[in-house]
Amino acid sequence: MRLLAIDTSGSACSAALSIDGVISQRLEHAPRRHGELILSMMDDLLRAQGLAVTDLDALAFAHGPGSFTGLRIAAAVAQGTAFAAELPVIGISTLATLAQGCRRERGASRVLSAFDARMGEVYWGIYVADDQGLMRPMVDDSVCAPEAVPLAPMSGETPWFAAGDGWRAHADVLQRRVGPLLDQGLDLADADRVCESQDILPLAEDAFRRGQVVSAYAALPVYLRNRVASVPPRSEPPGPPLR
Amino acid sequence: MRVLGIETSCDETGVALYDSDRGLIGQAVYSQIELHAAYGGVVPELASRDHVRKLLPLLQEVLEQAGVRPREIDGVAYTAGPGLVGALLVGAGVGRSLAWVWQKPAVGVHHMEGHLLAPLLEEPAPSFPFVALLVSGGHTQLVEVEAVGRYRLLGESVDDAAGEAFDKTAKILDLPYPGGPELARLAERGDPGRYRFPRPMTDRPGLDFSFSGLKTYTLNALREELAARDDREQTRADVARAFEEAVVDTLVIKCRRAVREMRVGTLVLAGGVSANRRLRERMERMMRDEGGRAYYPRPALCTDNGAMIAFAGYQRLAAGQHEPLAFSARPRWPMDSLAAV
Repeated sequence: MRLLAIDTSGSACSAALSIDGVISQRLEHAPRRHGELILSMMDDLLRAQGLAVTDLDALAFAHGPGSFTGLRIAAAVAQGTAFAAELPVIGISTLATLAQGCRRERGASRVLSAFDARMGEVYWGIYVADDQGLMRPMVDDSVCAPEAVPLAPMSGETPWFAAGDGWRAHADVLQRRVGPLLDQGLDLADADRVCESQDILPLAEDAFRRGQVVSAYAALPVYLRNRVASVPPRSEPPGPPLR
Repeated sequence: MRVLGIETSCDETGVALYDSDRGLIGQAVYSQIELHAAYGGVVPELASRDHVRKLLPLLQEVLEQAGVRPREIDGVAYTAGPGLVGALLVGAGVGRSLAWVWQKPAVGVHHMEGHLLAPLLEEPAPSFPFVALLVSGGHTQLVEVEAVGRYRLLGESVDDAAGEAFDKTAKILDLPYPGGPELARLAERGDPGRYRFPRPMTDRPGLDFSFSGLKTYTLNALREELAARDDREQTRADVARAFEEAVVDTLVIKCRRAVREMRVGTLVLAGGVSANRRLRERMERMMRDEGGRAYYPRPALCTDNGAMIAFAGYQRLAAGQHEPLAFSARPRWPMDSLAAV
């Protein structure tokens, strides 16, 4: 299977290519430079293997949650690329991707993913490894105040890993929230972990096998936060009402 | 040469195909006016979210309209600025990626250059050199145009753009968003002789504009007149008429000054406000009196659209200009910094 994955959801920008399970990746810490980098990363990876975009089976992208503009950059690139190359698209959660990275690097089997969502909120996901080592959500990804994050049964044999910058911004509140449920403690060493495209790949390959793909048109961001504007009160008309 | 044009700088998603032999062969625009109406203005985040949903369906529509297969497109142009960063990045990201896969050149186009060259899509087309008045919700600029890419800013608004003044004044008159065209409609019923509003900055030399004082003047005039009179509806129409006359007159005075100073016989009107009927009539008359001629595109090419981006992009691609495998948005981008063609 040949899959290309991209992520521009946060401060890092990355692309990763999997050819029958052999993975190569380009990653740069590059706030606000995603548009300058992402296509040449994709191009580099394919050239290094002597492949064209049209040789791929599918294109995967981290669809969110994350920086709104960053999510749209990945979605726009996925749309343009998939439309032109007539590829199916797979959108993967950034919170799942982060948990999968925790699995790859630290052997975690249980991860609490949290990104700082600003405005006093976090993007939150609870992930547990299945028997193939793929991180599966125990609750739906959500955005909420750290004191109100959704919970799930958390007892068990292995420790929980706390991953993502939500744990840097709201460590105390989050620990108070989940602490009483844990009997193996919390590993806080992954607060600076960021999404990497290589961790999209195993989840995307699984989705592809299950036929969970969409067309380029449906390659859309998953923002989670949808209250982004409020209707202003109607301004007072000058003098007596006009109508 | 066939060039795909993509426009997403503000609240219109535009896609078009320009063919250098056949002219415009397909175009589609989706306006977000209804989306923003409840907020009384463009909400940048909502605009960006809408572009990413609408762009590919419009692209498909344009390809079908033109009967063109993707592989028959020779280059891609997208608006790179000025405008809303998040909105611009959608068009840039999609456009640059299409060109990458198709292995065709891509170019980021200056939105105002698109407007400025749009009249060249019409028959008869103006010839260089000319003076252009760019009037929209975001800009009021007088530009000397020697050739494609050779622009010199002669003057611009020091505060509100003319279109912005129209929209804000429409709000004062309690007209629905976006108020500019509504104000013009109301003004049709107004008595041009009843009020005379000031023509800002016409009593001194120079080619700059200012419209924010006129907006305040209109607000005060409306308050006083509504308090003093019974004929509310007629007063509103008369005030709208006086405001429109003042804006149009001011633009005409400055344009006359510019064509005289530059000694050119051609004036080009572009941008959303150039769809205003009274402005067009007055400019045509003024240029006839000057022994020259005024040009403007059809209304669909005055407001934001993909056709003008495809056309401006074609000019640059045909001259061998294109961009590396990267894209970015330039929210502020002085037009006189553009490369000549």
